[in-house]
Amino acid sequence: MDVWRRNRVTVTGPEDGPVVVLSHGFGCDQNLWRLVVPLLDDRFRVVVFDHVGAGRSDMSAWDAEKYSTVEGYAQDVVAVCREFAPVPVTFVGHSVSAMMGVVASVQEPELFEKLVLLTPSPRYVDDAGYRGGFSAEDIEELLDSLESNYLGWSATMAPVIMGTPDRPELGEELTNSFCRTDPEIARVFARTTFLSDHRAALAGVTVPTLVAQSARDAIAPPEVGAYVHAHIPGSELVTLDATGHCPQLSAPRATADAIASFVLER
Amino acid sequence: MEGTGADGGRGRAGGEPGRTEMAALLGDNAEDLYENAPCGYLSTRLDGRIVKINGTLLKWLGMRREEVVGHKRFSDLLTVGGRLYHETHFAPLLTMQGEVSGVALDLVAADRGVLPVLATSVVRTGTDGEPLLIRTTLLDARDRRAYERELLRARREAEHERVRLQRLATTLQRSLLPPVLVSVPGLDVAAHYHIASSDEVGGDFYDLFPLASGSWGFFLGDVRGKGAEAAAVASLARYTLRAAAVYDRDPARVLGALNSVLIDGENVDEEPRFCTAIFGRLAPEGEDRGFRVALASGGHPPAVLMRSDGSADFLPTPGGQLVGVLRDADFTGTVVHLGLGDTLLLYTDGLPEAHTATGDGRYGDEALLEFTRALAPTSAPAAIEALTALLDSLGQGLDDDTALLALSVPAVPAPEPAAGRPGSREP
Repeated sequence: MDVWRRNRVTVTGPEDGPVVVLSHGFGCDQNLWRLVVPLLDDRFRVVVFDHVGAGRSDMSAWDAEKYSTVEGYAQDVVAVCREFAPVPVTFVGHSVSAMMGVVASVQEPELFEKLVLLTPSPRYVDDAGYRGGFSAEDIEELLDSLESNYLGWSATMAPVIMGTPDRPELGEELTNSFCRTDPEIARVFARTTFLSDHRAALAGVTVPTLVAQSARDAIAPPEVGAYVHAHIPGSELVTLDATGHCPQLSAPRATADAIASFVLER
Repeated sequence: MEGTGADGGRGRAGGEPGRTEMAALLGDNAEDLYENAPCGYLSTRLDGRIVKINGTLLKWLGMRREEVVGHKRFSDLLTVGGRLYHETHFAPLLTMQGEVSGVALDLVAADRGVLPVLATSVVRTGTDGEPLLIRTTLLDARDRRAYERELLRARREAEHERVRLQRLATTLQRSLLPPVLVSVPGLDVAAHYHIASSDEVGGDFYDLFPLASGSWGFFLGDVRGKGAEAAAVASLARYTLRAAAVYDRDPARVLGALNSVLIDGENVDEEPRFCTAIFGRLAPEGEDRGFRVALASGGHPPAVLMRSDGSADFLPTPGGQLVGVLRDADFTGTVVHLGLGDTLLLYTDGLPEAHTATGDGRYGDEALLEFTRALAPTSAPAAIEALTALLDSLGQGLDDDTALLALSVPAVPAPEPAAGRPGSREP
């Protein structure tokens, strides 16, 4: 299995720099890091990749069963990080990828130097004594939204799917050209993301960890960040002056600075 | 109609607007257009906070300007699911592309009513290219979304039907083939069926079955066409051949019986029903002496006999006509001996007629003969395995169903090689 091709692994920055792996979450692909990468790859060896099913990953590697769990994705995270062994990497996981990092680092701690959990949430759905911020019905609503919004998928992929490459007008680019996903895959990934529960895994993290949350985030509110911080032994917490669930886009400088200073911290 | 004077003298002749209309047109300034446009307008800061909103949208939401401007963010106006979608898709895309168009979202009005909209946003940048604010247009999409929901429902139903159809086709297909090939003492048998389309039943069929007096019948055939009708004919052919073989020992006459059944049972307004087939009877010739094979063909591609000596050739069955076309069709038979180490291969024309990039565009009889010559001597399981790999390698070029049936007599185990045998590398 060729991890580089399967996960469309891209590396920039000095070969001898500390390795920083940036892992995207649900909703987009490695493009999500495009504002942060140039702020890091002057000092660090920056690795970005697409999870299978997202971006330009190898769609033939998609397996609805494997990728219906965060653990399935974590296997791929381990495979990507292992490519840089014996140098341990700093793994930066955004959103659901943060929990992939948690799971992967518990399984293979020697692969990881440090963990940065960007806007993490171990569980999105409320539970007894725990506030994740959402109900199961809310998640169903999101699945409906996914079904109503193809965002550039159907038109661009139609010729491939229907086997009509002789009708190029079907392949015209739509305006939403980033982050296009097969709606079926998005549906599975949405369930994996929003219906999983990794609260129990947090205590097993032994790698130095930074929890970086966004000051104003409707998906992972501050109390969820505080929960993650409280349950990972010895972790640090930083609140970025950012709005929204994607601080790497809304506040790329603050995000890059937080990552860089944590990597360089002794 | 305008300005014709018919509306009480407000207009003048010559098509120019009257005073009242003029006033209305003049009143349709940019400000009024913004406020009362047939769509919702919204301006937000980069953090989503609403700084400007038009009257139309306030009316849809049932909210007052002062409770929205400066207090709410765009995502506050959405359902929770919509907010999740906004955060994970809409906002990131907007930052990366500077615009997002035609995204389906649901607004929640003050009375908790849900209003489906299509949202389009652009980022307005200053002269230095720095993003300043986000402009959003919202279109009432109630009818459209109801229609789309219908489409989604229809698509789900179609998907469900397709699965049902596939299951039906698979079941029907299975009924045309024996679930397992019976075992014949002193004979190795193997078969393979390549399904070209999982949505449609093909008309290829084969079988191997015991007859009285220790002999065995076998056949392989191909009904022209596909789908339920072809499957029905294949089913008819299968049980007719099995029944006819019981009371007639001659393979040519067994095919003749099928010919009569197909012609007699034909309805005038139906498509003509016909097939090609090879029918054979196997009779053991005693311990370790192989089988006597009597064969007859009705317009079917000739069987291939791969001999234990490494040769392979088509087994000509001349004069065989299609089964079910002519009332007095002529089927001639042939008899061969299947000795130790010999393999007999029957196949349908999906294989020789598969599309390839080379030659005349078809796989062809020559290539098949060459392939089997390279295989011989072989056995039924090995031949089917090799041919299955060949079918797989033809990929998309193999666009028709293909059935393969092979019969072989095991070669007697070779005697222990003596020391210093030819080809040995021992000094």
